[in-house]
Amino acid sequence: MRRAPGMMMPSRFEETDRGESEVLEIQMGPSHPASHGTIKFNLRLDGETIVDVDVEIGYLHRGFEKMCEQGTWNHCIPYADRLNYASPILNNVGFALAVETLAGIACPERAQYIRVIGGEISRITDHLTCLGMAASELGAISAGFYMLEAREFLYDLVEAITGARLTVTYCRLGGVVNDLPPDMRERTAAALGHTRRILDDCEKLLARNRIFIDRMAGVGAISQAAALDAGLTGPLLRATGVPYDVRKASPYLVYDRLDFEVPTGTNGDNLDRFNVRLAEIRQSMRIVDQALAQIPDGPILADEPRFVLPPKREVYGTIEGLMNHFKLVMEGPKIPPGEVYVCTEGGNGELGFYLVSDGSGRPYRVRVRPPCFYAMAALGDMLTGGMVADIITTFGQINMIGGECDR
Amino acid sequence: MGLSQAGAAMTPEALVAHASRLIPGASPLPAQLVRGQAVITVPREGILAALRALREDPDLSLNMLSDLSAVDYLGRTPRFEVVYQLNSLVWRHRLRVKVPVPEDDPTVPSATAIWRAADWAEREVYDLFGIVFAGHPDLRRILLYPEFVGHPLRKDYPVDRRHPLVPERDPIAQPWLPPREGR
Repeated sequence: MRRAPGMMMPSRFEETDRGESEVLEIQMGPSHPASHGTIKFNLRLDGETIVDVDVEIGYLHRGFEKMCEQGTWNHCIPYADRLNYASPILNNVGFALAVETLAGIACPERAQYIRVIGGEISRITDHLTCLGMAASELGAISAGFYMLEAREFLYDLVEAITGARLTVTYCRLGGVVNDLPPDMRERTAAALGHTRRILDDCEKLLARNRIFIDRMAGVGAISQAAALDAGLTGPLLRATGVPYDVRKASPYLVYDRLDFEVPTGTNGDNLDRFNVRLAEIRQSMRIVDQALAQIPDGPILADEPRFVLPPKREVYGTIEGLMNHFKLVMEGPKIPPGEVYVCTEGGNGELGFYLVSDGSGRPYRVRVRPPCFYAMAALGDMLTGGMVADIITTFGQINMIGGECDR
Repeated sequence: MGLSQAGAAMTPEALVAHASRLIPGASPLPAQLVRGQAVITVPREGILAALRALREDPDLSLNMLSDLSAVDYLGRTPRFEVVYQLNSLVWRHRLRVKVPVPEDDPTVPSATAIWRAADWAEREVYDLFGIVFAGHPDLRRILLYPEFVGHPLRKDYPVDRRHPLVPERDPIAQPWLPPREGR
């Protein structure tokens, strides 16, 4: 049994000599009640120790990249929601930013702040989903449900901004579709207040909980060098001590005007991942508060008639507006030929879009760099040598989202 | 590795110029086409040496393979392009390396020996584009099932093609896979 040096307490069950053993092959999944996500582990077990594991993904493959090539650029925005459905606004923002870079336009300042606010609220819901599930899978059902309760307050907020809880389709090329509700500040203060209280409660429940720490510390650890080699990003990489966050490394939107820290861990195990995510929730709340204090008035859509749909008053009132609307809807915005790779910090790490345009209104190629795809590739190494029961905690901390991993 | 070192990132132009000096046969792309991002095209024969050089060069230190994917330019010769998105966590700059791949011999040397991250990414490109990565330890389909015919992200693959249901595999008669070497 492998025990990482960061293990806090010695195991009470020491290995004993069991004599001859036989390797057992077991297929876990693809629809296993303890794994949230459709995924199959092909395991070779020696007792309860994992000798070898082959992780099989693809059960949720919907052909996202092929679908994107069929419609116009605008048609991809709803698809982008469905990548990481725990934080849809972040995907929306990432895709819209990539297309805007390709088109050479920028969205107005107010829209940039709105994107930051929506995105950070989404990041909190993403992390809360991951942490709540991790707690309840280890038997801490109350902590799990408290976090889901906090997530509901934030989903209400997302619904107030976008009109939907998950399938938000909020961004447009050059901005966002709706302005914030007039009582946004009060609503946010209330929702974040609830969330803070719940986080404090959950921290009391978990931070010194013997069962929780025993199951998390030293489990699923990966070294810093191995994490870089495997292309891990986001909380998984930061848990190994690398302070890499796209929001800091290459600031986009208005992140360079906001004051926040990048929490890191030291051991790269599940406990560090949990703590990094928990600390990131608090940082995201700081960002939302600052952004709401700084947000200026102004338009929420760029004045770029070549790419942005005209307001309905012009569509129904002027022939130019009607023609522009018709051309943009039927043929799509004509993005000049070229290619870009634009990445943002998604809930699970670097969410990149590699876009190729041939000058028509349709994407020639849309490639998504899903953060959890690379994490899943490294999952086999994290599990090998560990115990069967630890699959659930490690897989939970990877926070694999099928829609993003399998596309 | 001084990972937290900030600043002193190269501009995209300087990056491309430096990489072009470092790698024989490398050619830059017009800045207009790539919106000012740093991109070079490298011939297929030299790609592994190029990736190693880019990773090891102290001024570049492109120590992370962010992404590996491909594009099908149907009707153009060579038809495919394999695209490596490299990222330097030391200097906080990025470089994109593209390798043209001809249609009649869609083979590229595998980068798995340089980055572990290339493993699944190359499997996905093989799955969806049919590009073979020579030297890959475990090249099989990843998102689609083994009985799938064709490579759906190729431009000549019809989007509405239906596939018949495949008979259920017997896991005893067809075990999942042989154990991988060295794991």
